[in-house]
Amino acid sequence: MSNIKLKLKPNTKNNFITYAIMLALFLSVQVLDLTGSLSSLFKGLLVPICMYVILAVSLNLVVGILGELSLGHAGFMCVGAYVSAFFSVAFKEVITADWLRLIIAILMGGLSAAFVGLIIGIPVLRLKGDYLAIVTLAFGEIIKNLANIFYIGVDSKGIHVSTSSVDDLNLLPDGKAILKGSLGISGTPKDSNFILGFILVVITVVVCLNLINSRTGRAVMAIRDNRIAAESIGINVTKYKLLIFSISAFFAGIAGVLYSHNLSSLTATTKNFGYNMSIMILVLVVLGGIGSIRGSIISAVILTVLPESLRVLKDYRMLIYAIVLIVLMIANNNEKTQIIKDKLSIKNFIKNRKNAKMSIKEGD
Amino acid sequence: MALLEVKELGITFGGLKAVDNLNLSLEKGDLYGLIGPNGAGKTTAFNLLTGVYKPTNGSFVFDGVNLVGKKPADISKMGIARTFQNIRLFGNLSVIDNVKIGLHNQIKYSTFSGIFKLSNYFKKEKKFEEEALRLLKVFDIDKDADTLAKNLPYGKQRKLEIVRAMATNPKLLLLDEPAAGMNPNETIELMNTIRYIRENFDLTILLIEHDMKLVSGICEKLTVLNFGTVLAQGETSQVLNDPEVIKAYIGE
Repeated sequence: MSNIKLKLKPNTKNNFITYAIMLALFLSVQVLDLTGSLSSLFKGLLVPICMYVILAVSLNLVVGILGELSLGHAGFMCVGAYVSAFFSVAFKEVITADWLRLIIAILMGGLSAAFVGLIIGIPVLRLKGDYLAIVTLAFGEIIKNLANIFYIGVDSKGIHVSTSSVDDLNLLPDGKAILKGSLGISGTPKDSNFILGFILVVITVVVCLNLINSRTGRAVMAIRDNRIAAESIGINVTKYKLLIFSISAFFAGIAGVLYSHNLSSLTATTKNFGYNMSIMILVLVVLGGIGSIRGSIISAVILTVLPESLRVLKDYRMLIYAIVLIVLMIANNNEKTQIIKDKLSIKNFIKNRKNAKMSIKEGD
Repeated sequence: MALLEVKELGITFGGLKAVDNLNLSLEKGDLYGLIGPNGAGKTTAFNLLTGVYKPTNGSFVFDGVNLVGKKPADISKMGIARTFQNIRLFGNLSVIDNVKIGLHNQIKYSTFSGIFKLSNYFKKEKKFEEEALRLLKVFDIDKDADTLAKNLPYGKQRKLEIVRAMATNPKLLLLDEPAAGMNPNETIELMNTIRYIRENFDLTILLIEHDMKLVSGICEKLTVLNFGTVLAQGETSQVLNDPEVIKAYIGE
């Protein structure tokens, strides 16, 4: 029995380090905040950091664990953002308890994104590799554009939908237009804050790590490593692909909730929900290491803070950012840096000292 | 009644009849060999029996159920397991995880209890661990349990494929060239293993092999394929002395 416990250790230990890093980041932010050494610029970055961490970790489920390239992640985020913002604005006066409205908004954002993920996943997941990447990219764009053409309003008779203008909604005097085409949704309550973001990050990471280490996670990784062999031992490939795709979309939706409740007005542009964003999330995953949840967390934090901290460079900011990104990418996947990393690691330092002591003793 | 009854099974790719009019009958407990020169359609026959390909004609009945048109995963659940000629392990996972994936349909808990680590998760994961280690011990590779599958030496990778197939608790095991790339000693060890699992796991085995020593050593019955059609069928010693078979293998 003790044997078995020992064997479970590497995973548990790995997860523990991840949780410890998250806690350390959280506490250091709290301490900096209390001592007043956080600039307002950095304070404004806290919620986006949480959002990017959730996005990167959830995309890593699809890219790293399922082994399929998806470029539509921002689309699912868009669904979550719009649905939750719509709900919050519509029920601002009805549900007065902020926390209750927020919890429902988060659940609705996540579930609607998961649902869209499921619907898109059914046709899309028949494809593999580059084809899947391109089709998910297209679906992401479709979602973003759909968000821009709809006008939706609510009055005492119910929900009115139109694709041309606010006037076309034919709202009763007591009604209000909530989604106004390309003007988006305005007046979303600003419910997002760092504590909420951090809680959502913790939930995302715990769920993803537990999922990976479970029977389901193993089945998914089996599909990634060899689909034909996975089928031959009775694993339902379609079911698990759809499951992971929807769970990933669920968390992207939650990141969207965080995003939309951090701004008072929500519009869908290429920058926030388009392919730029999807590629950005993929960059986070690749830089952190495909399949490494901890890596995704760290790279999301670094790459969100980096462009802002380069503001002193003014015009050269994005140039330097690009160069730093290239250097990081090359260095992170290089054998020589791996050797240097190993040399510098605390674990090896301790091991080497022990060995040195041993050899001295043997010398005696 | 026969465990596996294959009747006039055939598949055509374009104009090529890869397997044509294959008849096979396996009784429970048989150790049956499927041999033939390269390109004779042996692996294609395996792919038909495991649902990777759909036959263009004919049928096969396993344990009283017609399996034509069933998906590979469903056929696995019915009790047919296989190994692959070109090893198909889950390379980036550890040896024990490979076996645990084989146990996927034997031990179950929901995704939900996995995500939230309910008590069922711990109970069943313990079972996974015990069962996988037990199987690895039978095949004497339990010491490599934490090694990544892709880092195993070749002979052990072949073994692990058999362990993984065994983990699905099959009634019929299809082995596709299990001795390929093995040295004579490893082959002898493999022969003993195959005999052992047939006795102890109540198995029926159908195997494809080029190594005549292995075939004549353990197979009781043989079917010889050549260009997709059956050349000879029957008791091993009889078939191997058939002049037609010798002609197909060695030439005139």
